[in-house]
Amino acid sequence: MSIGNLDFDELVAAARGGNRRAIGRLITMVERGASEADQVTDATHSHTTGAHIVGITGAPGAGKSTLTGQLTRLLPQLGRRPAVLAVDPSSPLTGGAILGDRVRMDGMAGEDVFIRSVATRGHAGGLALSVPGCVRVFDAMGFDPVLIETVGVGQVEVDVVGAADTTVVVVNPGWGDAVQANKAGLLEVADVFVINKADRPGATDTRRDLELMLDLSHVSGQEDAAGYRPPILMTTATDGTGVHQLWDAVLAHHHHLVSTGQLAARRISRLRYEVTNRVEMAFQSRIQQAAHHLELDPGQSPTRLAHDLAQQIGTISKSARGDA
Amino acid sequence: MTTDAAAAPKIRIVLAKLGLDGHDRGIKVVARILRDAGMEVIYLGLRQTTDSIVDAAEQEDADAIGLSMHNAGHLTLAPAMMTALHAADLDIPLIVGGIVPDADIAALEAAGVAAILGPGAPAEDVVAAVRAAINP
Amino acid sequence: MSGVPVEPVYGDGPLPGQYPYTRGLHTSGYRSRLWTMRMFAGFGTAEDTNARFKEILRNGGTGLSTAFDMPTLMGRDSDSPWALGEVGRAGVAVDTLADMEDLFADIDLGQVSTSMTINGPAASILAMYVAVAEKNGVARSALAGTIQNDILKEYQAQKEYIYPPRPSMRIVTDMVKFTTAEMPKWHPISISGYHIREAGSTAAQELAFTLANGFAYVEAALAEGQDINEFGRRLSFFFNSHSDFFEEIGKFRAARRIWARWMKERYGATDPKAMMCRFHTQTAGVSLTAQQPENNIARVAIQALAAAVGGTQSLHTDSYDEALALPTEKAARIALRTQQIVAHETGVANVADPLGGAPYVEWMTDEMQRQAEAVFAHLDELGNGSILEGCYAGIENGYFVGEIADSAYRYERGVNAGSRVVVGVNEFVEGAEDDDPNLLRVDPSTEDYQRKRLEAVKHDRDSIAVSAALAQVTADAEDSTVNLMPSIIDAVKAYATEEEIAMAMEQVFGTYVEQAIV
Repeated sequence: MSIGNLDFDELVAAARGGNRRAIGRLITMVERGASEADQVTDATHSHTTGAHIVGITGAPGAGKSTLTGQLTRLLPQLGRRPAVLAVDPSSPLTGGAILGDRVRMDGMAGEDVFIRSVATRGHAGGLALSVPGCVRVFDAMGFDPVLIETVGVGQVEVDVVGAADTTVVVVNPGWGDAVQANKAGLLEVADVFVINKADRPGATDTRRDLELMLDLSHVSGQEDAAGYRPPILMTTATDGTGVHQLWDAVLAHHHHLVSTGQLAARRISRLRYEVTNRVEMAFQSRIQQAAHHLELDPGQSPTRLAHDLAQQIGTISKSARGDA
Repeated sequence: MTTDAAAAPKIRIVLAKLGLDGHDRGIKVVARILRDAGMEVIYLGLRQTTDSIVDAAEQEDADAIGLSMHNAGHLTLAPAMMTALHAADLDIPLIVGGIVPDADIAALEAAGVAAILGPGAPAEDVVAAVRAAINP
Repeated sequence: MSGVPVEPVYGDGPLPGQYPYTRGLHTSGYRSRLWTMRMFAGFGTAEDTNARFKEILRNGGTGLSTAFDMPTLMGRDSDSPWALGEVGRAGVAVDTLADMEDLFADIDLGQVSTSMTINGPAASILAMYVAVAEKNGVARSALAGTIQNDILKEYQAQKEYIYPPRPSMRIVTDMVKFTTAEMPKWHPISISGYHIREAGSTAAQELAFTLANGFAYVEAALAEGQDINEFGRRLSFFFNSHSDFFEEIGKFRAARRIWARWMKERYGATDPKAMMCRFHTQTAGVSLTAQQPENNIARVAIQALAAAVGGTQSLHTDSYDEALALPTEKAARIALRTQQIVAHETGVANVADPLGGAPYVEWMTDEMQRQAEAVFAHLDELGNGSILEGCYAGIENGYFVGEIADSAYRYERGVNAGSRVVVGVNEFVEGAEDDDPNLLRVDPSTEDYQRKRLEAVKHDRDSIAVSAALAQVTADAEDSTVNLMPSIIDAVKAYATEEEIAMAMEQVFGTYVEQAIV
């Protein structure tokens, strides 16, 4: 259906009616940020039903896309209606991106699966805002679970992990992989571990290494207060081996979150993070604008100058509130 | 409350090959060219169908579709794609790249193809053609 | 030319025909045997191609080279939705044994050598060839020819795969074992660099990836208990001949030297024939321009000359109008004449490795080898001491595809920037208006005809026998200790279609979707 002539409310209605392009357009608006994203947030937040948000992360080449693809084949068979957000990095030089994750998922996906590729777009904290916004759109349109698939590298991973209820970390067999996972901090964020390509040599060794590291974190008290220990699953994504068990583990984690009250707590904490982020970003641009216009006298102490700037911004916001 | 100023709208384009043809050298070069021009390329690659391309274009809210053709497939494949786009009410431009003899250009344009790029078209031309097709 | 007698070879040091064969496989080069002028043919229906084959044989040729259409190459039948617009276009359509019978009607398969360019579904096509021969009273052991069957390069370049790499390799090794035992005159793999180069690789990458694939097949065959000498002597290669004259010659010479050394020192070959890098060459299709197409005649001539000086065993020269469409008859004839001129008028065939010893050529040979060895070292590491495993890993992690894409991109940027001159395209462009696109259009009725033919065969065959035969193929696919060829031969004899057989194996092997690496 042509969506070009629709106004915003009609667009939302079309999306809620299942029009895939309308849903895609709402995601685009979220990605664009600013007033468009805000419009979508306001229109969707009350329609969310608390979809289960699952982050799938890990090193490049671990098989995340294939694994996610297998899940999109399995989940409809279990009566679920999954949406996938596939995140890929934008080129820091050109701002463009090659988004190729859906290739490996497309053929496998069941009928009503929604797959959307997004690029990180590089601007500070951008993903931190757009991922929750995209997830909110999917949730509001009745998709559940929402799978966020991304390469686990630095900020991208933090933003994705922050947005998920359950984080699945995918590694491959090989003596280095478990160590790498630990170094990348993935050990702390993982709710479920997957050793993909488990048909390769070294799978059982990697499993043992991960178990040892989990033992250590138990000793050091880093573990979940309720005593949850991330399970380690073995999969061969290319032929689907272990995928159903993986999903069972994800469900088990969800159940754990619900029964301990942690789900609600995590969601509040994410909301706080999102709201804080938004305010921070708004202030950041104000600060930058004001700083840009500030008269800088190198003879003055930086402490003084900063004080002046803060005053000025305070003044601006005071006047915006209509205070004296 | 608004957050940061809206970023300049990114062009999102689906690139694909229809049918069995496996020559993807050209389409890969175009993918890089468009990425280097700041666009987001949803790369579907080989062995796509008109259905899979339409589905992707919808979900990705693509601004355009680029198809790469060899082996004289353009006379059947390009019109088939246009038909599928019309059937889905997807009013986005179709750009065709590859070996298209001059004699066939008129036929493709009549079928609704927005732009035709020859093999080895310079990067500037490719980028300009995509931009012009999206914002005529 | 001037009546001065010329030696068969010049220079001190290693001679052609001497290990490691850098200078050539035979002591007297082309004097003992000229390269085979093997021109690719195949289009339309099996009957059309059969007529072309007979013409070739009438004109004194003894080698047939078959091109198949896209659906056949991908294991699809002519009535598949994927076949729309493709049937009989890029080559001949073969769906069942009936088509193969038409293709070789009235041709004594015991007297010709047939090359079949097909990879993913190669087992079915070879099975059909064997079945046709047997129907006509020709024993398997009498059959001579080649089937390309080089599946590794499909993942790297040509993309005509069906299943994932490991099960596909099982099919390849089954075919090797089968031909070793029953078809000793048959070359079961033509390890190809042509397509790798066409996809955009450099000359050194073409050399390196091709030979690496060769090593991978050797390791796979050895793991299956094949004898290195028995199997090695029946391998052959297929290279590209591109426009940088001396680079190509260096590449061909390095190929021979590397192959001989690795086969002997790493894999333990003792029979010289198993150490010899025999190759067919095709001039670079990707170098042909649509602009000012007559210029391509000059390009092809130079590329053919490089192949001849480089010592190729057989050669296909492209037609000048192939950048736009399948060649017209006139263009195809000019291509053949080009070879004949190189062979008979230039004198290069009188001396083996005539540029051997030239400082630039020797340097280039060494440089090609150096770059190739660096790739082998990388794959060896990737595979923990096995080139075969290194190739699987490189396919999986996108190494080959990424390297080729990088090279292709660099080339395009160079052409774009004008630093790489392509005459008639980015320089010397006057004359473009004179272009007369004389394009060969394939008759669209071919598709209709073929579908009806297929329908008739399906109607007339014993469908119960077909189902049973296909079930056997699936069962054999599940058991890796069983050779797939016998059950595939039985299936083709029952007139199972190529797609049906491919699907019977797909049930067990799965399909392959490549990563998006640009």
